Amino acid sequence: MSLKSFLKKTLVSKELSDQLDKIEKPVGSLGYDPWGFNSDTNKIVLSLFSGIYNKYFRVETSGIENVPATGPVLIIANHSGQLPIDGTLIGYAVSSREKSPRLPRAMIERFFPTVPFLGNFLNQVGAVLGDPNNCAKMLDNGEAIVVFPEGVRGSGKLYRDRYQLKRFGNGFVHLAMKHNTPIVPVGVVGCEETIPAFANFSPLAKLLNVPYIPLALPFILPAKVRLNFGKPISFSNDDLSEEQVTRRVEKVKSAINDLIAKGLDDRQGIFE
Amino acid sequence: MSDTKKAVTKSGNLRTKKKANKKTVLVTGAAGALAQQVINRLRKEYNIVAVDFRKLSYHSDEIPSYKININKRGFEDLFKNYQFDSVIHLGRISSGEETRTNRYNANVIGTQKLMDLCHKYGIKNVLVMSTFHVYGASPYNPALIDESAPLLAAELTFDLVDSVELENLANIYLWRYPELNITILRPCNIVGPGVNNSMSNLLSSKYAPVLLGFSPIMQFIHIDDMAEAIAIAHKKSKRGVYNVATNDWIAYQEAVKLCGCREIPIPSIPPVLPRAITSVLKMKMFPSYLINYYKYPVVIDGSHFSETFGFEAKTPLREILRNYREMKE
Repeated sequence: MSLKSFLKKTLVSKELSDQLDKIEKPVGSLGYDPWGFNSDTNKIVLSLFSGIYNKYFRVETSGIENVPATGPVLIIANHSGQLPIDGTLIGYAVSSREKSPRLPRAMIERFFPTVPFLGNFLNQVGAVLGDPNNCAKMLDNGEAIVVFPEGVRGSGKLYRDRYQLKRFGNGFVHLAMKHNTPIVPVGVVGCEETIPAFANFSPLAKLLNVPYIPLALPFILPAKVRLNFGKPISFSNDDLSEEQVTRRVEKVKSAINDLIAKGLDDRQGIFE
Repeated sequence: MSDTKKAVTKSGNLRTKKKANKKTVLVTGAAGALAQQVINRLRKEYNIVAVDFRKLSYHSDEIPSYKININKRGFEDLFKNYQFDSVIHLGRISSGEETRTNRYNANVIGTQKLMDLCHKYGIKNVLVMSTFHVYGASPYNPALIDESAPLLAAELTFDLVDSVELENLANIYLWRYPELNITILRPCNIVGPGVNNSMSNLLSSKYAPVLLGFSPIMQFIHIDDMAEAIAIAHKKSKRGVYNVATNDWIAYQEAVKLCGCREIPIPSIPPVLPRAITSVLKMKMFPSYLINYYKYPVVIDGSHFSETFGFEAKTPLREILRNYREMKE
């Protein structure tokens, strides 16, 4: 028996397996899709992640029903926390919701595929290289995609800049317009405090060809995480200048800012 | 050409009567396993002339076979003698065989000469075999690469320059001489019995090198399905560039396991290390210039070909891999 089969047998409950099997995924005969997603690995990771989601980060969601039950959708969120914990939590939230669960795909930074083990692992649990072609093909497949338009500017920001949104790329609005796809904004509160970074060793990061090397605690803090999903925003596919597209991006950014503010208002403290 | 023509081939075969209603096809690279499968599929419907520069191949008494280099002057005599209706150009030296110069001469200069002859003798149907390697293996590759994607292989390794050049050349002729109806096929990894490429040799072996921490998604097409794809593309003749791939995928390291290979891990970082190791050990089935193809995925989208030609691969992926496992037992 392979390690994967053993882990699947030991860790994955029948209920979870049945629930995930109900979610339609265009995988091949051996459980892989073209982007490297693997249904067995995903089941194992979601089983392990259940405790982290419910007990460690004690995730609370609101408005998760705003993610449509079927069809293409872009889930756009603020990025934070040095590691892609926020994307994983959003993915778990949508795939474990009671009504119409979905397995969203997270777009990851371009340096991840070059990292041994991690790149393949992220692919197997559904993460995909943040590339417009990838995104377009997946929207054509009717997938739900999590995008962080801040990219490494967001995930690598320092603790003193927490909850200050960095510049958003315009790509996601172009894709939404072209593929007639609704955008669901998400405000993530709590991930900024999971790995607070106080400095970035930029020269070393440059030398090692990685986006950042933070001076941070060597462990992940159990900050309480709130995921606030906003109402879907749709844009018509008009022939717009880049400036006009940027205005649409700002509209989404503003919606995310409101959702973050709501999450910050709701919490009593970092761990509550 | 008269209804009755006799031609003594270099193999000593006697060319028998050519039926007037049968078209004549020139197949290059005829000694390869894939070409033999293609010839088997076409022989009933077409007169076949088989050519290979490596060795003389025998197909049947009805099929004249030649060992000849396309770059030699005598090659044109075949066009004069046989009045070909179509050409299936499978005679490509794979990367890793021969020296770079010889490969360039055979694959690029040879293909150019073949194209010129096709134009000169009014051939109306030309099929050229390329490879998915032309896209190049890069960490920034999207999945389901379609035919309009840039060909980056030459940027990543000099050993694939001839593959990209061959494509560029075929593309130039495709647009310059539309009457040639050139079809360029870019298949994914062709595997199966008799296939002698680096991937098939690797899956056949007891030990398979893997790069630590990297297991890219791969696509495999069985030789029977690929031969069928070529036969269909030749018959329907719709000019253009097409990826040929199945709609099934697997991570490399899992494929290796399912083939019954024992994995030999090779350190993957820094990137120069695996290149140095494979170069020093001269690993033919895991060549240093293909290292990136075992590190980053090159997943192609074969839907354009499938839709245009109504093609669907029949051999399941699991069966392809199981055959390699059974070969070892």
